[in-house]
Amino acid sequence: MTMLKKFKRAATGAALIGAALLGINPASAAEPPIKVGVLHSLSGTMAISETTLKDTVLMMVAEQNAAGGLLGRQLEAVVVDPMSNWPLFAEKARELISKDKVDVIFGCWTSVSRKSVLPVIEELNGLLFYPVQYEGEESSKNVFYTGAAPNQQAIPAVDYLMNDLGVERWVLAGTDYVYPRTTNKILEAYLKAKGVKEEDIMINYTPFGHSDWQSIVAEIKTFGGKGKKTGVVSTINGDANIPFYKELGNQGMSAEDIPVVAFSVGEEELSGMDTSALVGHLAAWNYFQSVEDPKNAEFIARWHTFTGDDKRVTNDPMEATYIGFRMWVEAVKKAGTTDPDAVGAAMIGLSVNNLTGGMAVMGSNHHLSKPVLIGEIQEDGQFLVVSETEELIPGDAWSDFLPGSKDTIADWTPPISCGNFNTVTKTCSGQNF
Amino acid sequence: MTISMSAATSTMSMDTRAHKNPLLLPFAQDSWGNSLLFVLVVVCVLVIVGNLVVPEGSALHVPTWVVTLVGKYLALALLALSVDLIWGYAGILSLGHGAFFALGGYAMGMYLMRQIGDRGVYGNPELPDFMVFLNWQELPWYWHGFDQFWFALVMVLLAPGLLAYVFGWLAFRSRVTGVYLSIITQALTYALLLAFFRNEMGFGGNNGLTDFKDILGFSLKADSTRVALFVSSAMALALGYILCRWVTRSKFGRVLVAVRDAENRTRFVGYKVESYKLAVFVLSACIAGIAGALYVPQVGIINPGEFSPLNSIELVIWVAVGGRGTLYGAVVGALLVNYLKTYFTGVLPEVWLFFLGALFVLATMFLPGHRGNTAAQAG
Amino acid sequence: MYRLIIALILGCIACPWLNAADDPLADDPLSLQLGVLAQTKLTKMPAQIEVLVALNDSRVVPVLQAMLDGRLYRRKSDNLLFIGVPGDDKSLAITNPLGGSETTVAPASDLSRVAVNNRMRGQLRLAIAQLNLASEDEQQRFDAAQELLGDVSPPVIALLNQVAQAESSERVLAVVADAQALAALQQDDALIRLKAVEQLTGNLQPVVLNALQSLTALDAGGAPLESDPLVYKRALKAIAGIKQEAEFYSSAETIFFGLSLGSVLLLSAIGLAITFGVMGVINMAHGELIMLGAYTTYVVQLVLPNHLEYSLLVAVPLAFVVSGLVGVGIERGVIRFLYGRPLETLLATFGISLILQQAVRSIFSPLNRSVANPEWMSGALQLNPLFSLTYNRLYILVFSLVVFFLLLALLKRTRLGLQFRAVAQNRAMARAMGIRSAWVDAMTFGLGSGIAGIAGVALSQLTNVGPNLGQAYIIDSFMVVVFGGVGNLWGTLVSAFSLGMANKFIEPVAGAVLAKILVLIFIILFIQRYPRGLFPQQGRSVD
Repeated sequence: MTMLKKFKRAATGAALIGAALLGINPASAAEPPIKVGVLHSLSGTMAISETTLKDTVLMMVAEQNAAGGLLGRQLEAVVVDPMSNWPLFAEKARELISKDKVDVIFGCWTSVSRKSVLPVIEELNGLLFYPVQYEGEESSKNVFYTGAAPNQQAIPAVDYLMNDLGVERWVLAGTDYVYPRTTNKILEAYLKAKGVKEEDIMINYTPFGHSDWQSIVAEIKTFGGKGKKTGVVSTINGDANIPFYKELGNQGMSAEDIPVVAFSVGEEELSGMDTSALVGHLAAWNYFQSVEDPKNAEFIARWHTFTGDDKRVTNDPMEATYIGFRMWVEAVKKAGTTDPDAVGAAMIGLSVNNLTGGMAVMGSNHHLSKPVLIGEIQEDGQFLVVSETEELIPGDAWSDFLPGSKDTIADWTPPISCGNFNTVTKTCSGQNF
Repeated sequence: MTISMSAATSTMSMDTRAHKNPLLLPFAQDSWGNSLLFVLVVVCVLVIVGNLVVPEGSALHVPTWVVTLVGKYLALALLALSVDLIWGYAGILSLGHGAFFALGGYAMGMYLMRQIGDRGVYGNPELPDFMVFLNWQELPWYWHGFDQFWFALVMVLLAPGLLAYVFGWLAFRSRVTGVYLSIITQALTYALLLAFFRNEMGFGGNNGLTDFKDILGFSLKADSTRVALFVSSAMALALGYILCRWVTRSKFGRVLVAVRDAENRTRFVGYKVESYKLAVFVLSACIAGIAGALYVPQVGIINPGEFSPLNSIELVIWVAVGGRGTLYGAVVGALLVNYLKTYFTGVLPEVWLFFLGALFVLATMFLPGHRGNTAAQAG
Repeated sequence: MYRLIIALILGCIACPWLNAADDPLADDPLSLQLGVLAQTKLTKMPAQIEVLVALNDSRVVPVLQAMLDGRLYRRKSDNLLFIGVPGDDKSLAITNPLGGSETTVAPASDLSRVAVNNRMRGQLRLAIAQLNLASEDEQQRFDAAQELLGDVSPPVIALLNQVAQAESSERVLAVVADAQALAALQQDDALIRLKAVEQLTGNLQPVVLNALQSLTALDAGGAPLESDPLVYKRALKAIAGIKQEAEFYSSAETIFFGLSLGSVLLLSAIGLAITFGVMGVINMAHGELIMLGAYTTYVVQLVLPNHLEYSLLVAVPLAFVVSGLVGVGIERGVIRFLYGRPLETLLATFGISLILQQAVRSIFSPLNRSVANPEWMSGALQLNPLFSLTYNRLYILVFSLVVFFLLLALLKRTRLGLQFRAVAQNRAMARAMGIRSAWVDAMTFGLGSGIAGIAGVALSQLTNVGPNLGQAYIIDSFMVVVFGGVGNLWGTLVSAFSLGMANKFIEPVAGAVLAKILVLIFIILFIQRYPRGLFPQQGRSVD
């Protein structure tokens, strides 16, 4: 009890000093909580992935409060459910900022949900932390991208297949939406630049939730039976993966014959699969639960305590949420306020620990520097790390391998201060800040 | 509840007298509908004053997010109205009406997309952003013309209208009725959903169309534009209501009710049932298209999710909750259910589907609005 | 804690295998090498495995096999390697590979699995094959020879030459001969190459086709790389033969794919065909009843973790009961108040589907659940190198037909079936004859729902088990029933298989998405031309 009192007094004191420094009248600072918006689908098709991230944010908020809050104020999470419905994401974002007056939003998973929210966040000058790997080609003043850009996931994975496994023929298989489309465009250009011939690349798109993979797997089998080592780069989304791998296994294609490297299969997805057909296949991420690092062990332990379930796994987007949250906390401390402009400016150059034994640094293009890990799926649904980049790779918002964007850069520091600055024409189009 | 019931019955009994005075027909003997129109006008004035005149911070200030949210409800209410027109009066249960709504929305979205001009992130004056990074070289032919507002408006009516005409002509001519029609309308919207997901279609795939900047030169971010869109939605709803009421009270509407209650008997009496159904189906699709066109600039995105069969089923329940075959019921139902949706997804996210599910069951089992319906399906 | 340590020490003294490790076996080269292996890092493993293989010890094969299967464990306390079989969650049955057949149970926390990566798996597989060429078991030798086919490295060929001398089994010899012929294609002597081509003619293995194709490839000037015209001609002929076969089998494969997709459609639609066809009830919750069947399978596997092989046999009747009961509940609770109002039934059951979905989400979490395939459901029936039938699809195809005919028999041959049909055809008359129509309704609905549950068991073997499972199948199921003609089970059968076929034949040409769209458009147009489907029910009623 006395501890609590002491702590409360200290917190109040700190807040008073903070408020005084900021020129706020201490009398009016009745300690309203800092509000943290959580915009993740809790129902509908994306609930499978996003529910975990909601829990992660709630855990981080609880821990921050236990550690004394922020700027002497408590944090309060405001959870809403956009129901995997993209227009609803925009509506809920507007509600969070305008009605609930949140200071920051952690949210979104799919690209379309982010695209839906983007105009709202920019109009109302909010702050969004987006924790999932995505196709790049974006950098907003109000968004911080803590997941991987294509150069932090796809390209290193292809390098690994090419250099370490000797893959010469490529199947780029994906679900038909913007992330696979863009990633495959980038990879195709990259592979061609590396001297891979047109006829050695096969590109295939399937609808969401595709469940009958017989024909496509047979096609891959034929394509791979031409004597050259073949690899599959999979941007197949969530639900379609299980039937895909099952069919691969049943048609007798093992990971040694035709390795599949996936960008959307993590521990969480594997926990819902019978992994026997997947052993040996690969995934590229910036984090694996199996990484041996004290920070990671501690994070996993806290996660198990928080969820009360020691079987719950951790995954890459959780680490991205963790890093994003920690960075936001640091930035708020540095700026001394939760004002989005001040926090946004304070974010750039900030670095916090990641969970794989390194530091994550926020670049001036609002993307993180990350290590890239390649893991092989093991029977227990965990990954065996088989390759790791020596150094951190800064996220590249605009791919160098797309004709439309190779001259574009993002830099939110003066003098450029632009998310899509064209280095040839020296212009920054379409952004009205 | 008791009042509403008695009012509804009194309206019914006076229906018979109403057509004797053709000039006043649109406004006569529909106290609920007239109150609805009155409320719409009042709300418009309140919003204009409350948002643009009353300063922020005042207790009477109407925040912009409320304007946008209610504006969206109004667009959806117009959609519900279009469903009630065919389901409540002609007995056509379309479980694919979301498709017409989405087509109207896409037509508007394409206009808004072209309005971005060279303010996209790549600064390409001709191509929308999603085409640039997927390496498209030129604008597909069907995108031409959408830089003109009038053309987009024509398409808002034409695209859903044409689809409804072709689909309805085929379906009604071969006497596809009842649940069969419902199921193939589901198939229709499902096929469109899959088609619009395809990136090769040139409608932005799963991401759809977004990041709109302005409409007719007015910035979409400005409060005044949002209020204007709100007022347009309210006006569209009011006009739509008056139009539907006029249609249902005309001789045409009476034949529709006859078709609903006993299709074959109407046919035997000598009416060309197919033509009546086709006409009202096309009209309803056009209204749905307008609703879509009003919806898109207010929510800021249109994507294939709008074609989802689930959406189309959900909107039928709005009508059922409000009471089918009353027109004003569709409007009230849409507003009510959507408000509840906003409320629950913010406060009790886990409960929403339980609630919606229960609403479906209870509304169909206990709420009124099935007059003369059982006879039609007894065979 | 204290006591635990004492117990452990006492336990260790008592266990013989630990002591055995210090004994005469200490000088055993295998024992030494395993000791080295236990401490080797992943990147250095391949070299150490080579050393292990070179020992030429018969005890090595089980070690390699265990490593390949991920069953080789290192005991943390003393760095010894064991072959383990997982028992329950917390313990393993372990055996020392060095001999001594005692199997003991050890807590899982004491052991760590020896990690294997892809490259090592390839290495292990080849190593096992090489060692197995000397196996006693003819089947093992045959598999080993198959595995080595296409490896033309000198040591392997030398090994195969040795085997060719000693081998007695004809089919092993045939494979070895093919393997030798593949190597011979690279010989300088044209006659040897000619013989090799002749030996390989008719072999459908992809490696053979590739070898022949590289033999007949053209150089930059357009002249064939193969200098001898006769060899060139023969090789081309052999290639043409293989390609012809390949084409035939690829069509056969497509037909199988179509049948398989059809069987899935049949299973998911047949329950609907009953409720929709016989009763005229539109059950939008049908998909969720399928989902319940799939979750039943999950629960069965959860309760019986050690009887995976039989889990499906238990799950089928159980899923029938669970979904059937829920179905009866829906019928009694909601649908019976809505008879004669099909559109309202449609909406009400849609509401039920939402409730069931959310209920599953609340109980089992929104995450997908892992349902394992029993051993007999995995892999494929390899008819020849170009044509195989995957077991899970094959069984589901057979299963769907069994369900179909059982159902048909039930409707046509039993008293209950008679009552179903009587009520379906003329309710009033049936009641007049003393049939309790309300009871028949409940039973019919329960039957249709129960079959949906069975379909869920089958689907759990093919796809995800999650709250969205049902939604994925509902529209397809309706299409099948409507296309086939409502009220006609045979129509449903024909419709399911023809739609499956159509999908699979369009797919290679147009892609998966477009195939689906085209089939949908076809159905829409078909229904508009023939509103009663393929096999319309005869009747003269009009309203």
